Amino acid sequence: MQSLPLGQRPAVLDMSNVTKTFNGNVMALREMNLSVNAGDFISLRGPSGCGKSTALRLIAGLSSPSSGRITWAGGQSENDLGVVFQEPTLMPWATVAQNVWLPFRLKGKSYASVKDEILEALRLVGLEKFLDAYPRELSGGMKMRVSIARAMVTKPRLILMDEPFAALDEITRFRLNNDLLKLKAKIGCTVIFVTHSVFESVFLSDRIVVMAARPGRVIREVQVPAPYPRDEAFRTSAEYAALCRQASEALHDAMGEHV
Amino acid sequence: MSIAENQPLYDAEDLKRLRAARFDRFGKWLLPVAVMIVMIWFWDRLVVWNNIPHFILPRPGLVLQTLINDWPMLFDALMVTLQITLMALAVAVIGGVGLAVLFTQSRLVEMSFYPYAVILQVTPVVSIAPLIFIYVDSRTAGLLICAWLVAFFPVLANTTLGLNSADHNLRDLFRIYGASRWQTLRYLRLPSALPYFLGGLRIAGGLALIGAVVAEYVAGTGGIGSGLAFRILEAGYRLNIPRMFAALILIAVTGVIIFAGLSFLSHMLLRKWHESAVKRET
Repeated sequence: MQSLPLGQRPAVLDMSNVTKTFNGNVMALREMNLSVNAGDFISLRGPSGCGKSTALRLIAGLSSPSSGRITWAGGQSENDLGVVFQEPTLMPWATVAQNVWLPFRLKGKSYASVKDEILEALRLVGLEKFLDAYPRELSGGMKMRVSIARAMVTKPRLILMDEPFAALDEITRFRLNNDLLKLKAKIGCTVIFVTHSVFESVFLSDRIVVMAARPGRVIREVQVPAPYPRDEAFRTSAEYAALCRQASEALHDAMGEHV
Repeated sequence: MSIAENQPLYDAEDLKRLRAARFDRFGKWLLPVAVMIVMIWFWDRLVVWNNIPHFILPRPGLVLQTLINDWPMLFDALMVTLQITLMALAVAVIGGVGLAVLFTQSRLVEMSFYPYAVILQVTPVVSIAPLIFIYVDSRTAGLLICAWLVAFFPVLANTTLGLNSADHNLRDLFRIYGASRWQTLRYLRLPSALPYFLGGLRIAGGLALIGAVVAEYVAGTGGIGSGLAFRILEAGYRLNIPRMFAALILIAVTGVIIFAGLSFLSHMLLRKWHESAVKRET
């Protein structure tokens, strides 16, 4: 399922002038504007304290904006979101299959009625042989795959990923990057991805939102014009290196202007 | 060459570790047993060497003989004590877990009642027991209340801690998926609390026995339906020291069995997923 070109995608979510302050004076996020369209892969990138995580929490509905609006196109629905945290955040007492079942279970659906979806999600992340394994029996990368399977099993309108691969070694991280793109191509999901890494954001996303700290705010949006599919060959291409350099410079410019 | 291909190659460190593991496996049982044998032998010699009369310190053989001779009476007494202990433990589990769930569901209830749970715990049961036996007619009910008072707090405290220690990201995830209070309790908080609860249960098991024994001392009524503690008191009045030892041994063994049983239960419930029950290569 290929995404439409940028500019032709239907809207999913719109943040307009969203500001979040804590205790009345700490400004975590200042007047953030972001429109998320179906099929987007957006990276939020910036230093610690730039409000990336605050932005994700606001979109997830875990806290509400002090001012400004977050609007879901067509209104909020039951199945807006899937989330992948920095940690795999699996329930250690439940098997892989039971963990992936969770979003359905909380909607009152029996395991039998969603078994096919669960198997499909686990097949997509390459863990169909580990249905009955417990999280402690899996490696860090495999746990993260389960977490991704859980986030996408309900086919939500938007998947939020908060530095999901930060704690993994580089090889695993590259592999998961590749697999995430394959997965996205297959199911056509919309992703907001928080990361520190220039390389990761360029490899994965078609839009990079650069943020700065104190107060947390968006300072620039960079588009990554390279077409999908991007694979291991793209990672070693001159094009990728050039794009990384551009993105990096954009970040430095932005930081230079605003620090 | 062929050796390396056909059989596993252990280096010196492996061998050392294997030896240590083997020693651990047997040592864990053999050493305490050896200590016990030496102690019993020494006890026996002490009595013989010093000509200590049996109404002051009986020889181990005499204690064993008494245990066998008095077995029908001691066994009945053991059953009485054990019954109180297990009932108290059951009520402690129900009360402790119930209160813990109530506390975590309502801040208001927790703030109002937690201090009183602590007060009940820190007040020595011996000091409340006489009052309880004044106001409660049934002896069994009185004993049960005393044993419960001692046993329920570890269950309450540990379960409360466990219910509150659910992973905060998982809690966020449950909120994002619109989980109800009941779903969060059932699928997240209770499973998170299980290892903590089981830790509390193991402590409560020992305390329930202590509570039952202490309450029997205070209650002190004789005749049919008396527990082990009363038998110890009674034997003391009659200077029947061997029987005191025999009853004491029964209480100690009961305590060990309760602890081992609860440890086994804990292991069975956690072995699949919890760190505490997972064997690791070191």
